Amino acid sequence: MTVNKGEFAVCCENITKTYPPDIQALKNINLKISPHQIFGIIGPDGAGKTTLFRILTTLILADEGKATVLGYDVVNEYQEIRKYVGYMPGRFSLYQDLTVEENLKFFASVFGTTVEENYDLIKNIYRQIEPFKNRRAGQLSGGMKQKLALSCALIHKPKLLILDEPTTGVDPVSRREFWEMLQNLKNEGITILVSTAYMDEAGLCDTIALILNGEFLKIDTPKNIVQQFEPEIFSVQSNQRSKLLTDLRRLPEVSSCYAFGDSIHVTVENKKISEEELQNFLLKNGHEQIEIAKIEPTVEDCFMELSKQQEENN
Amino acid sequence: MEKVIEVQNLTKKFGDFTAVDHISFEVYKGEIFGFLGANGAGKTTAMRMLCGLLPPTSGKGLVAGFDIHTQSEEVKRNIGYMSQKFALYEDLKVWENIRLYGGIYGVPEDEIIKKTDELLKRLGFEKERNSFVKSLPLGWKQKLAFSVAIFHEPKIVFLDEPTGGVDPVTRRQFWEMIYEAADRGITVFVTTHYMDEAEYCDRVSIMVDGRIDALDSPKNLKNQFKANNMDGVFQQLARRASRKAD
Repeated sequence: MTVNKGEFAVCCENITKTYPPDIQALKNINLKISPHQIFGIIGPDGAGKTTLFRILTTLILADEGKATVLGYDVVNEYQEIRKYVGYMPGRFSLYQDLTVEENLKFFASVFGTTVEENYDLIKNIYRQIEPFKNRRAGQLSGGMKQKLALSCALIHKPKLLILDEPTTGVDPVSRREFWEMLQNLKNEGITILVSTAYMDEAGLCDTIALILNGEFLKIDTPKNIVQQFEPEIFSVQSNQRSKLLTDLRRLPEVSSCYAFGDSIHVTVENKKISEEELQNFLLKNGHEQIEIAKIEPTVEDCFMELSKQQEENN
Repeated sequence: MEKVIEVQNLTKKFGDFTAVDHISFEVYKGEIFGFLGANGAGKTTAMRMLCGLLPPTSGKGLVAGFDIHTQSEEVKRNIGYMSQKFALYEDLKVWENIRLYGGIYGVPEDEIIKKTDELLKRLGFEKERNSFVKSLPLGWKQKLAFSVAIFHEPKIVFLDEPTGGVDPVTRRQFWEMIYEAADRGITVFVTTHYMDEAEYCDRVSIMVDGRIDALDSPKNLKNQFKANNMDGVFQQLARRASRKAD
């Protein structure tokens, strides 16, 4: 199947990548990303996120399969892709010995443009680090480095922006601000492909692909993923949290149970046990101040359930 | 209650910049103490002082009974440390890493041999004894790194963002290991950017601009700041920051 240019921002068919000796980074991946959205690839370290991005940015070749980015083939038309894609790798990859301004000018000139030409696009981000424009990039704090890297990835006005774990190691307040920047860029018409290991960022994406062990567990909107979750989930609290976990795990009716913030999420399939039965069981085991509520699953609940299914299938 | 950390007016200045500004707090035996703050708030500097790696400008600190200024070598020997960035030697085998760290912390040879068997059995890693660490999945590495950090049974272990990038199931299994260690009386001092993990701590401190602006149990903090979860507490406090390091 060939894809019309422009129909999808990214299209992957049966992409496979193995690193020697036998590490299967990507196993037969299929992916279609429509333009003008924030698309999140969500999964832990080692799931295959960076490998996928490096194939799409034409930095490495897949062993098998076909991929197009903005309609261009990643192998035969890699030069076109590099013109229109902005890439912010996970590791800081700017020139540490150049100043903030020099880095930005350098990236602009590499792409045959000037800082002035596309200043509008980056001004809200770059303005925050402009007071330090004469400082060497290596001397910047983590948050400032991130803003400079984003400015450099945007300076040629890409159609597609690919960001590899931009918020890893970033505190919750700065993470929220970063996502606001991404939302603004989307409104400027840029398609955004972003990876993260933080499950709570899933809700900020239009579409998400959950990835684990080189395979997608699910690709859909966060809302649909949550709605398709079949088991019931109860949020349970009591006065003895550690014992609560071990007691609940003894119940054969409970398919899984894990700590979630200040409570424990209990997954029950086919309504094997009701709220009242759970309550009685906990009372019998000496728990007090018991609170049980049936809740909507989070994306993290879905990820854990789907990863369990993946393990069973393999 | 036995105090494992006692800090009074601990301060660190770099030139004109006050990275840590007169912080005072105590941590008790067997407690899980969450040490939170925005990037640039001073967490890393404070933690380096507590581990005996950086002398304070002023103030006093006792860790595991030793003065962090005058007895920094004793402090280093009596604590455990693990971070996501640096934990194990990838090019050494599993047993070699255990042997190396056991030796560094002064555990006698025959005890290292005995405890290595116990440890591998408890983790279910017996088959991986001769595997290179780099060949292990991330989650296994982290479990092993934590076990190695407490191999010499320190009074306290410092964990610097131990769970970054780990899948949700492994992250929770890791916390269950933390609970077990705390139940055995090992004090756990942990930094994290996952606010749901802040809820797993007995008490949490939040640093803003080099100071500790809040310190209490997650439950009391949520009441105090009228927030539904620790993320709400954190957002309110961190937005107060005037320091624009980031």
